[in-house]
Amino acid sequence: MGAIFKRELSSYFNSAIAYIVMAVFFGFAGLFFTVTCFLSNTSSLSYVFSNMFIIIVYLTPIIAMKSFSEEKRQKTDQALLTSPASLFEIVLGKFLGAFALYAICCVIFFVFGAVIQMFTPANWAVIICTTIGILLLGGALIAIDIFISALTESQVIAAIVGIAVGFIIYMMSNFVSMLSSVEWLSSALNAISFTNYYQNFTYGILDLRDVVFFLSVIALFLFFTIRVFERKRWS
Amino acid sequence: MVEVKNLTKRYGNVTVVDDISFTVDSGEILGFLGPNGAGKSTTMNMITGYISSSSGTVTVNGAEVLDNPKKVKGNIGYLPEIPPLYVDMTVRKYLEFMFDLKKVKLPKKEHISEVMRLVKISDVSERIIKHLSKGYRQRVGFAQALLGNPPILILDEPTVGLDPQQIIEMRSLIRNLGKKHTVIFSSHVLSEVSAICDRIIVISNGKIVADEKAENLSASISGEQKLRLDIEGSSSTVLDALKVIPGVIKIRKQHDIGNKTARYVVEYKNGIDVRRDVFKAIAGADCVILDMQNGNETLEDSFLKLVSQDQRKNIGGVK
Repeated sequence: MGAIFKRELSSYFNSAIAYIVMAVFFGFAGLFFTVTCFLSNTSSLSYVFSNMFIIIVYLTPIIAMKSFSEEKRQKTDQALLTSPASLFEIVLGKFLGAFALYAICCVIFFVFGAVIQMFTPANWAVIICTTIGILLLGGALIAIDIFISALTESQVIAAIVGIAVGFIIYMMSNFVSMLSSVEWLSSALNAISFTNYYQNFTYGILDLRDVVFFLSVIALFLFFTIRVFERKRWS
Repeated sequence: MVEVKNLTKRYGNVTVVDDISFTVDSGEILGFLGPNGAGKSTTMNMITGYISSSSGTVTVNGAEVLDNPKKVKGNIGYLPEIPPLYVDMTVRKYLEFMFDLKKVKLPKKEHISEVMRLVKISDVSERIIKHLSKGYRQRVGFAQALLGNPPILILDEPTVGLDPQQIIEMRSLIRNLGKKHTVIFSSHVLSEVSAICDRIIVISNGKIVADEKAENLSASISGEQKLRLDIEGSSSTVLDALKVIPGVIKIRKQHDIGNKTARYVVEYKNGIDVRRDVFKAIAGADCVILDMQNGNETLEDSFLKLVSQDQRKNIGGVK
């Protein structure tokens, strides 16, 4: 697993992906930070964090799109699947590699905290709590995108489908209010709406239920990814 | 030791590998021969655990590949048809990654240098794989298979894309490796298989059509011996003179070469050497033998014969 993780992370930095993702992430985070904190003179980062959701929806598929699709296209999956490493190790290594790049992006929020600290005492509890939330949110989206990537040989398809799925997840709370007349459907959608779970983090509430929700999504989609390869092997 | 028993792979209604069984002993070099699409790669993918079989088992050193994949995969070095290379890495980085992936427990730096020396890629160790030629890439893939000194090597068409010099080097390398490792290697080039292997399995349409020692393969298929002659003289005289020789089954005039010379093929019974009689008979008829070549069918002939026989049988079966 360590080998796959290391290779995955270094492959992002050997190509342009890591730098582009980081540039876009930092660019938008900085823009939101300037607009909400500097121009309206507040020390609260919660607007920055809730606005970052939509940026993450676009960026996580870009991070995860190549994880398995490219392996399949280049036939390098043959090396992975005939090595003594188990499918679990392979999928987890891939996930952690992609997640590590995303986590590096999220370091920017601590920089923002430090900037606020220069003017007024920052609310570090909220910043740390929300960063955990945004890490979990991104982790769940990356797990979904890795699953999508395992289904196709094309990075482009993986990215587009990933963005579409991410966007549906982002809009989920809107669907809930649209469908409020159909009660069972709206409550079901409400239960899986990422926004609900993420929102609590941006208020500075670290609720175990929210953490468990995102960890479950990650575990579920990594499990699905393993199943994709098992099914392919047995077909 | 590799034991393959009743191995079958079906994709829907199409049977790609059909109930094949064979055993490879340690220290043996087995050649896997067949036309494109015969099921060679599929069989190898099943032995290495890349895909599962529809039925049948593969046992490697006592462990079944689907029950105990970790142990089996640790014992096998595999070079697939398309070498599984991460083209954005340097050769050394790639081999280091494969070393870690395979959980090899040898001194890392020394072992990788040794393998690179063995397949002669030390001079490109710091180059990015993307920029290497096909021959080098093939050898990097080969190096990857050798990492950890696995007792069993499975090589799927390892010489494809190499130049003649490299092919010769690769062959002698495989022969040397065969002294310490069990090697299964596939090819559709017959001369190559016969040059390297102790034993040859011919596979066609997913079935084994021959499983022989290399030197027996052609003898076992062709019933009679053949003599090829270039003779100067009128053809009726030649044919009359040859006809009466005991042991001769059939004489065929192949074509005229010109200058009153023609090429003949004489088929004669196994076990009787007719060369002396032919020489004397032709000399007695006042003709001249310009060229005489004895030998049973070449491997290429017998291979084609095997494969086409099998295909004819299959077509007959469909009807």
